[in-house]
Amino acid sequence: MLDDIRLPLGDWVETGVDWITDNLAVLFDVIRTVVGGVFDVVEMAFTEPPAIVMIAVLALVALLVRGWRMGLGTVLGLVVIVLVDQWDNAMATLALTVVAALLALLLAIPLGIWAARSDTVSAIVRPVLDFLQTMPAFVYLIPAIILFGIGVVPGIIATIAFAMAPGVRLTELGIRGVNREIVEAGAAFGASPGRILRQIQLPLALPTIMTGVNQIIMLSLSMVVIAAMVGAGGLGQDIVQALQRIDVGLGFEAGLSVVILAIVLDRVTNALGSLQAHSPVAKLRSRRRSAAAAAASAPSPHDVAAVASVETAPAGSGR
Amino acid sequence: MTEPQVIARPGGADETRGADDIAVRVEHLTKVFGRRPLEAADRLAAGASREDVAKLGTAAVIDASFEVRRGEIFVVMGLSGSGKSTLIRMLNGLLDATHGIVEIDGERVTGVDAKRLRAVRRSQVSMVFQHFALLPHRTVLDNVAYGLEIQGVDRERRLELARDVVRRVGLSGWEERLPSELSGGMQQRVGIARALCADTPVLLMDEAFSALDPLIRREMQEQLVELQAELGKTIVFITHDLNEAMFLGDRIAVMRDGRIVQIGSPEEILTDPANDYVAQFVQDVDRTRVLTAASVMEPPAASVPVTVGPRGALRAMRDVQSSTLLVTGPGRTVLGAVRDRDVLRAVQSGHRELRPLVDADVHRVSPDTSLAELPELAVTSGLPIAVVDGGDRLLGVIPRVMLLAALGNVPTETSEMAIVDLPPALDPAIVAQTLDDATARFDSQEVSDAR
Repeated sequence: MLDDIRLPLGDWVETGVDWITDNLAVLFDVIRTVVGGVFDVVEMAFTEPPAIVMIAVLALVALLVRGWRMGLGTVLGLVVIVLVDQWDNAMATLALTVVAALLALLLAIPLGIWAARSDTVSAIVRPVLDFLQTMPAFVYLIPAIILFGIGVVPGIIATIAFAMAPGVRLTELGIRGVNREIVEAGAAFGASPGRILRQIQLPLALPTIMTGVNQIIMLSLSMVVIAAMVGAGGLGQDIVQALQRIDVGLGFEAGLSVVILAIVLDRVTNALGSLQAHSPVAKLRSRRRSAAAAAASAPSPHDVAAVASVETAPAGSGR
Repeated sequence: MTEPQVIARPGGADETRGADDIAVRVEHLTKVFGRRPLEAADRLAAGASREDVAKLGTAAVIDASFEVRRGEIFVVMGLSGSGKSTLIRMLNGLLDATHGIVEIDGERVTGVDAKRLRAVRRSQVSMVFQHFALLPHRTVLDNVAYGLEIQGVDRERRLELARDVVRRVGLSGWEERLPSELSGGMQQRVGIARALCADTPVLLMDEAFSALDPLIRREMQEQLVELQAELGKTIVFITHDLNEAMFLGDRIAVMRDGRIVQIGSPEEILTDPANDYVAQFVQDVDRTRVLTAASVMEPPAASVPVTVGPRGALRAMRDVQSSTLLVTGPGRTVLGAVRDRDVLRAVQSGHRELRPLVDADVHRVSPDTSLAELPELAVTSGLPIAVVDGGDRLLGVIPRVMLLAALGNVPTETSEMAIVDLPPALDPAIVAQTLDDATARFDSQEVSDAR
């Protein structure tokens, strides 16, 4: 009967992880040193400057990509974080998120490109991503501790594993979704596959890829809070503490700081994908282009007449 | 019958034919999509039908062979699903052929490695797409210069060349706009400019005007013919629109279910369809756009030099049995026409000069004037229409009766399959007969009246 049979899946995984720990220790040491080093630098960059400077920088970014309202909202939100005395924690969390998200992107985008170009790779990668995405986030922490010990690094590694799936998926989706004729046009004029990727597929897939970037960042932020359980620090540390002490006030303050960070990150990265018409950056771009247009070709009256006669109804033919 | 295309488009001439004159050569080209394409291709080659191999794969193109001459507009026409899009994509290797050979300017496209293929695409063949396929994030000018960019031409030089081509297609002033700011017709002008700017001898156009609305489409067709006459490109044009095929094509290949069922000039397709399918297909074509003055004109037998005088004119009228004659001056230039009535009176009253009798109000048209424009002229004047060359020299005559017959989607005899019965529309014998009957009756009446 089935009751008597016990599939020792857990034992196998344990054996596998043990084997990896024994034989690939050097590799993991290298990873730990590199990831830890990168995190230290980023964290220092975020925590060293006075809060007021960081707030100004972040608000400026928000203002440029999204407009003055977003800039103002960013200032207000970040000031609240300072006022509830969570600034250092928030910057540590931001550093964790940024590092984890960057590393996840470095893995996810090339993998997504590869999957977009090969049906075989796509067929293999898809179930792996399903697995990574649905496995409860806490479970990643266990092998991460074994492999990297306690601290920031296992938190970052677990975050990468958890957060990279949408990046791969959306990169693949974006590239596969690029109009077939436009890709064909590149090929028809003799462009190499690498050139088609750089000049046609990636630029046209950018909005979708940016959605993936946004997703990775948001998932990273949610995961680094959990990663505090293995000693990753930041806002998560206070939240875990508040949980252990049933401290509603501390829990709310730290939690609210996470929410504010999340909103700022989400809006800014979202706007990067499709720079809105009224954002200062977009305005600057279109102004430069129309200036170039005016300078490049003051059309002669004859040309204008020709265009007018051949295109009497541009609006109609566009339909 | 004279080839009107020869007169209309010097680029499309076919006087000399040699290996050097072949721009695109396609031999036994077959494409099967599916699980076992090679096996399917073998069985198709052995005579299996498309249905026979359906389990092995979908045969999109079956055993297509043709040659496109340099400077020719070669139209591949067929309904959707006939395989024409697959065919054109094999010409520049966007799709691999399952079987067969494609050569462009003597350069193999089939069975070569990717690098070689890219070199052929850069130097020999460019393409215009149905939905324009412009790079939306680049300006018009950068789009047009795209081919040169890939060829490695430096930025300054390629933008200069691109500006020139943009002007040629009538888009000056729009260089720095993005494609999304342009109408459909203008976007396709950019598509054409991009292909022209790559400066390849061969252009592939895949349903290039099908996405445009009819008025714009007509303009684009006319502009394409002009550009081609000017630049002498070899164009392979895919379309499902028979009128478009007839208007553009020097020669047309009709495709059905993956096979080419007929290749011929528009007139051959129209007047001598290879089978019922083609016949059905061409039934609805607007033949006034296909046929030109040159294709219905008669040799200028009914004309006399002004020097023959009224007696000579009367004799000529009896000889050719016509009630009107064209009168030519020095160098066979057209002076006008005379009517039998006037000539007869002049003879009776003893006048010696023909010139005072000449009615100068004769319509003159060039050989490539579309037939659609002729009836109106015929109705307003009542005189035959003179077909003249650039120097006003007489090439031929179009009697009014001929026009009615040529326009006749009305069959001359019974009316079952109009298209099969139609050749008389172009058969000078029958038209001449009709003409004779009419003028004989008219002549005898006039002569008796005069007495």
